[in-house]
Order: sequence, then C-alpha cells, then structure tokens
Amino acid sequence: MVETVLFVVFAITALGGAISMVWARNPVYSALGLMLTMFSLAVFYVSNAGHFVAVVQVIVYAGAVMTLFLFVIMLIGVDKDEDRSEDIPFQRPLTLILLGLFAGGVLVAGARAWTTGTVSPTEPVNGTIEAIGESLFGDWVLPFEVTALLLIIAAAGTIALAFFGGDDEEGGS
Amino acid sequence: MTGFLERLFASLFWSAVIKVVFVFVFLLVVVLLLVWIERKLVADMQNRLGPMRAGPFGVLQTVADGLKLFIKESVIPAKVELGVYLAAPVLAMVPAFLIFLVIPIRGPITIGGTEVTMQGMDLNVGVLYILAMSSLAVYAIVLAGWSSGSKYPLLGGVRATAQMISYEAAMGLSLVPVVLFASHQIGAGSIGMGTMSLSKIVELQSGSFRDLFTIGDTVVGVPGWFVFWLIPSFIIFMIAAVAEANRAPFDLVEAETEIVGGFHTEYSGIRFALFFLAEYINMFNLSAIAVTLFFGGWLGPTFPGVLPGFLPALMPIFWFMLKTFVLLFGFIWLRATLPRLRYDQLMDLGWKRLIPASIAWLVLFTVVTAWKAWGVPWS
Repeated sequence: MVETVLFVVFAITALGGAISMVWARNPVYSALGLMLTMFSLAVFYVSNAGHFVAVVQVIVYAGAVMTLFLFVIMLIGVDKDEDRSEDIPFQRPLTLILLGLFAGGVLVAGARAWTTGTVSPTEPVNGTIEAIGESLFGDWVLPFEVTALLLIIAAAGTIALAFFGGDDEEGGS
Repeated sequence: MTGFLERLFASLFWSAVIKVVFVFVFLLVVVLLLVWIERKLVADMQNRLGPMRAGPFGVLQTVADGLKLFIKESVIPAKVELGVYLAAPVLAMVPAFLIFLVIPIRGPITIGGTEVTMQGMDLNVGVLYILAMSSLAVYAIVLAGWSSGSKYPLLGGVRATAQMISYEAAMGLSLVPVVLFASHQIGAGSIGMGTMSLSKIVELQSGSFRDLFTIGDTVVGVPGWFVFWLIPSFIIFMIAAVAEANRAPFDLVEAETEIVGGFHTEYSGIRFALFFLAEYINMFNLSAIAVTLFFGGWLGPTFPGVLPGFLPALMPIFWFMLKTFVLLFGFIWLRATLPRLRYDQLMDLGWKRLIPASIAWLVLFTVVTAWKAWGVPWS
C-alpha cells in the first residue's frame, strides 16, 4: 500500500521533472527538473530496499553532478537567450513518430507482465551494502580497479590537455 | 500507560511521527539556546556584555528576535524568480532536519516489549546518508542566490557551490578511515564486515583506549573513542565541517564586508529567519556527527547507584549534549578569533592541502591496519 502510493507520487514527480527538463527555457529550471528526477529515482531504490544504491544516487547525481551543472550554468551566464531556430527539417514530425513507437512499445511491454528469474521476497533485505561490498571487492575487484584506473587516466588527461594542449590556440597557458 | 506507549512505538507509522515531531522541537530549542550562547560567548571574547535585557542573562533574546522576524514584513523584490525564491528557504531547512534523524542521542530503550531507538531511523548506510543530505544543502544557497535576481546573491551562490563541492570531498575522504576502523573493531583485530550504522559505531567505542589505573573494582582509563586512533581524520573533518556550515573563517558565502549578505541579501522577515535557523541547525548537526563518530556519542558514566530516580537513564543524553556543545564552543571560538580567508586561499586549502592530506592519511591508515592484521606480505 505505502509502496504503491510512494511509487505513484514519485513516478509522477520523476516524469514531471523529466518533461520540465526538456521543456524549460531557462537552463536553471532544466537542471532543477533533472535533479527532481534523480531524487525520485533514489526514492524508488529505497522502496526496493536498495538503500546503498539510493544514497549513492543522491550523493553522485543529485549532490555532485547536478551541483556542477548548476555551477557551470551560473558561471557562463544564465541570462543568455537560447537559440531556438531548428536546423533539422523533419524534427517535429519525427518526434511524434518516435513518441508513438515508444508508447506502443510501453503498451506491448506492459500488456504481458514478464518476470525474469524468481520473484524475490518482499521483506526488506538487510545488509545490501555488505552484499554489494562483497561482490564489488571480491568477485569483481579486477574490473573495479581497472575502471578506477581508467577514470584516473581520464582525469589526468583532461588536466594535461588543459595545461599543455593549447600552445597553438589563443590563451593556452 | 506502558501498554499504550508500547503499542504506539510498535507501530512504525506512529513511532516515526513521534520521533520526527520530537526532532523538530528539539532542534528548534537547541538552536534558540545555541544562538544565545554564541552571542554571549563572542561578547565575552570581545569584552562586551552581549544580550542582557530579555530574560535572565538575556536568554530570551533569541525568542524575541525570532518573534520579530516572524512578524516583520517579508519583502519580495521585483526581479526575483518567484517559485524558486520562495522554495529556497524551505529547501535550506529540509536537509538540516533530515540529517539529525539518523543521529542517536541515546542507546535504545525498551518500553514493555518494544525496543525504541533514540534516533529517527537506524540506517545501515548512516554515514553515507549524512554525506548525501549535506550535499543537498548547497542547493538552497545556490538557488537563493540565483533566484534573487541581483548580483551579490549570485556571487554568494556561486561561491557556495565551489566551496561546498571542494570541502565535501575532503569530508567524505576523512570519514573512510572511521568506517574502516569500525570494521577493524568488529572483527576484533582482523578485518571483517564493517558497519555504517551510526548507533553501531557508537557502541563500538564503548571499550577503552588505554587503562590507566584502578580504584577498587573500577578501571579508570582513556575511553575507546575513535578520536584517539583517528586524530588526523577528526582534524580534517572539523575543518571541512566549518567550511560546510559556512562559518567563519570560511564564511565567504555570506561575507558581509565583500558581498553584502551573500545569498540572503534579498531575503527578509521569516524567510531570512529560515536560512538563519538552517545554518545553526547545520552547525549543531555537524558537531553531533563529530561526537557520534569520534567522541563516543552518548557513551559515558551513568552512575546508576549514585544518582536518584530516573536521572541515570537521562545521563547518556546529557553526555551527548555536553560533548556536542564542547565542539560547538570550538565553532564559536573560531568565529571570534580568526579573520576570513581570501577566496583563493580557501580553494588552495581545500584542494591542495585537505584532500591530499586526507588521501595520505587514508593510505597510511590502511597500510598500517593491514600490516597489523595480516603481517608483512613477504613473510
């Protein structure tokens, strides 16, 4: 009962956030809509007893990524008017067709309620964080470390490009 | 009576309602006291008297100020983005209250057959939850600054984003050794399954760090608070906490001498009061978190035979509040003592000092713990 109510409320919130993200003319409102969607997703994780994933969702997306978005939007100026001319000729009809296809897909998928694997018991699983820790640092420790290495290389590469890359461009210091 | 309370707390819904209302009232009362204490202490340090008129020693001054702010007109400037402008003060309050919900102010008590935890919810991801909620706190400030439609608030908002992102990283990194050490304590010397539940972390600190001497049967010693093992973590956490709470010397977000009032320049009346409340609740929260993670939370002697009646049952709350207010005294002391940092100094301290220091301490701590648990790898 509680789960259904939560789902309905936050599903509407998530959809509203997503729509307002695309719809809003002001980039700050777009960022806020996206944040609302991220936060609603975190609530879904909580109602599925995935507390750890929910908290990580809030820390990483709502906390860090969206704050950086807002920061960048404010830094480059929020008052700049958006260029609303359209370069793709069949954009609007194409959108409607894709929307219809997507709605059809949702209806087809919803008509047959399929389940993969066994349905897990509804009681909250205690210790999801332990389970995630075990599999992340036990079974998947090598892919995890390789991903970490990859991210560090990416970050170091970005810094290197910013510092040493722009010799032939103006203002590269 | 006991039966009624037992049934009330057995229901998840009603116990949650009671706890949330309690936390709300508790935090408001604490903030009223805290503002008064700060004004008195700063006045003392500056050789003034501070508030004296309202109530004994001016203790009701905050109540009077609060009432004044609630009654005053809330001016809404013409150029604001109305929806966001109205929502921002409320957004500032929400994370402040949500954080305190996971902090235990006492061990669980049993009423009849029901065990009641003295915290809103004992999450098994408590430490991460705190970080998540404190990362949401920045939105209120940024949005307030942006929606005011004026230059100084916007500057304050942009400053807030940069500052809080920088110091959140250091704060999160400084808490990793705490979780590692908790798992070390659970495994009794070896590394086992850890915990992020704040109540469990408090219970793990109930041992003793060093036994000094014995009087009769009682062993007197240094309590097993995590701070004695993890002093670098604690120092980094407290510096980051001051920056997170936007307190002096890191109050660049609302630096009066530079950018008028920062993000709350265009706010007045009750909306300004909400920002003010949120800042003080955040300060209290951060001290309470530090007490919980480093100073043994509510642990302390309860003197069961010595104190009369129900007082021993209240002693844990007393210890918790005492430790928290000692740390809050530190916050106030800093404010009265240190001048504000320049903006580039603030960024340097965050990125070039605190984050490398916390990473170095994390690596050092991990290596030493692993060495003590498993010995050198080549043996």
